[in-house]
Amino acid sequence: MASAIASLAVPDPSHPPVIAARSITKRFGDFEAVRGIDFDVARGECFGFLGPNGAGKSSLMRMVSSVSPVTSGELHIFGMDPATNGPAIRARMGVVPQTDNLDQELTVEENLVIYGRYFDLARSQCRDRARELLDFVKLADRAGSRVEPLSGGMKRRLTIARSLMNRPELLLLDEPTTGLDPQARHVLWERLYQLKEQGVTLVLTTHYMDEAEQLCDRLVVMDHGLIVAGGTPRGLIDEHATREVLELRLAASDRSGVAQHIGDLAVRVEDLPDRVLVYTPDGDEALARLRAAGVHPLGSLVRRSSLEDVFLRLTGRTLTD
Amino acid sequence: MNALVRVMPALPGTLRRSSRMVERSVMVYRRTWMIIVSGFFEPLFYLLSIRIGFGALIGEVTVDGSLIDYAEFVAPALMASAAMNGAVYDSTMNIFYKLKHAKLYETVLATPLSPTEVAAGEILWALTRGLLYSIAFLICIVALGMASSGWILLAVPACVLIGFAFAAMGMAVTTYMRGWSDFEFIPAATLPMFLFSATFYPISSYGGWAWAVQISPLYHGAALVRAAALGDASWGIVGHVTYLVVMAGVGLAIAGRRLGTLLRA
Ligand SMILES: Nc1ncnc2c1ncn2[C@@H]1O[C@H](COP(=O)(O)OP(=O)(O)OP(=O)(O)O)[C@@H](O)[C@H]1O
Ligand SMILES: [Mg+2]
Repeated sequence: MASAIASLAVPDPSHPPVIAARSITKRFGDFEAVRGIDFDVARGECFGFLGPNGAGKSSLMRMVSSVSPVTSGELHIFGMDPATNGPAIRARMGVVPQTDNLDQELTVEENLVIYGRYFDLARSQCRDRARELLDFVKLADRAGSRVEPLSGGMKRRLTIARSLMNRPELLLLDEPTTGLDPQARHVLWERLYQLKEQGVTLVLTTHYMDEAEQLCDRLVVMDHGLIVAGGTPRGLIDEHATREVLELRLAASDRSGVAQHIGDLAVRVEDLPDRVLVYTPDGDEALARLRAAGVHPLGSLVRRSSLEDVFLRLTGRTLTD
Repeated sequence: MNALVRVMPALPGTLRRSSRMVERSVMVYRRTWMIIVSGFFEPLFYLLSIRIGFGALIGEVTVDGSLIDYAEFVAPALMASAAMNGAVYDSTMNIFYKLKHAKLYETVLATPLSPTEVAAGEILWALTRGLLYSIAFLICIVALGMASSGWILLAVPACVLIGFAFAAMGMAVTTYMRGWSDFEFIPAATLPMFLFSATFYPISSYGGWAWAVQISPLYHGAALVRAAALGDASWGIVGHVTYLVVMAGVGLAIAGRRLGTLLRA
């Protein structure tokens, strides 16, 4: 634990972190949604938050977006304190909230234009950027439409375009691709990658492990308001999972002996209702040992461990709430 | 005083940011400008009814010892009431919808605007509409020959002040509303004010209850507009203006604070 968190501090002192959080908590009445979290985000990196429903990801994002005050602890963004420099921080930041809150009384294009005006951009600049961003998220043909009739995925893309109106240095995305079709997701990943190339710092939450693996330089797993692990995607897999996973479908009578037959190659065996998972450094060899012992699975699959295995390992398979 | 000095340099930025909310409303109403034009008809019908009806029946009333035409007595009070009603509508139902249903303020507070700037901006919009509406009202009064003094032009800024006071207070009250049913209470406050603020008869008619009438903010508003319409300068005006300015300030402070606590959980 201690080592995981130490590795989250940004090492290079000549580049102060964009976000520095020390023991921050968030309390709603007598419920503590965030219970003391430390992390740094360096300029230009993509930092991810993973965690089951209710883990406190959105509560944390709202604190970082400088709209929700921290209950205790210290939070600095661009070296400034949100409690006293909220407007200056928000001016340099883009926010995509978990639920779209577009302006229903305005058209698609007007949504972007007025948002730019909130950031004090000149009118002509707002119009230029709006057009540019509508192209960017492939909504140019809907510019004059009202927001209401747009599909869920289109609204999401518009919200993302809106967050870019002020050319943010730091972009906060709370489940940006939830509700997007696979094409739109891949387009968005590409766009986020482009932004990162341009030096924009990205912070995102997601329930998609492939997304986290694709995009994030570093990520943390949250559970019950705490960080339970952190590091690079590869590092987390190495630390919390084995290299490979052997998935087995077995007759009920064969289930009990699996660990015994595989022996030292079975680092951990998980007995699920529909299949048995064997965490192992060498899936093929483990399978061979099983067969040698006279167990013939109804089905088998050897695959590399993924972030999903780490996630389930750390946060459990049962629904938390 | 110290606080004031610290706020002063920040004021232009605050005002500019607040005006963004007005800009947004202009964008919204650009498509529905007929609603604003229709605002012309309401005062016209009100004033016509007085001109034709009451005016003929009642003729003249005595105010502070001098006789004036009844239509000229009532018209300013109606103008003040219209300013009140417009401001109350804009700052209660409209604001509640944007606060609870459209989540507009949630969006805006992710930008550099502060809750107080948002509140001020929405009130500024209510005033802009109120200004247009008051000008329409004034044109109707003059067109129907119900004005006798050029000072009546001052009725427009007086109505803007009335609008400011009621919009600020209306917004403050709205931040405490739990659901649409709570809005039933609003006419319960504005209707008695409309009827008993020395609107239809002089304050002297209330006898021993005159003090109660003077609590009503609309009384001060109507008195102010009437003073302008009749070109009637007196020290009482200072009192009326002070009452409304204080009401506006208190309302704005409460609205800004409450918006902050509601939206920055
Ligand atoms: N405004 C609020 N008032 C009271 N409780 C809240 C509030 N916002 C969040 N919570 C509670 O805090 C906890 C964490 O919520 P949060 O939205 O941060 O979770 P999350 O990790 O974003 O979950 P999800 O993956 O479902 O979006 C939940 O138990 C939630 O009920
Ligand atoms: Mg969330």
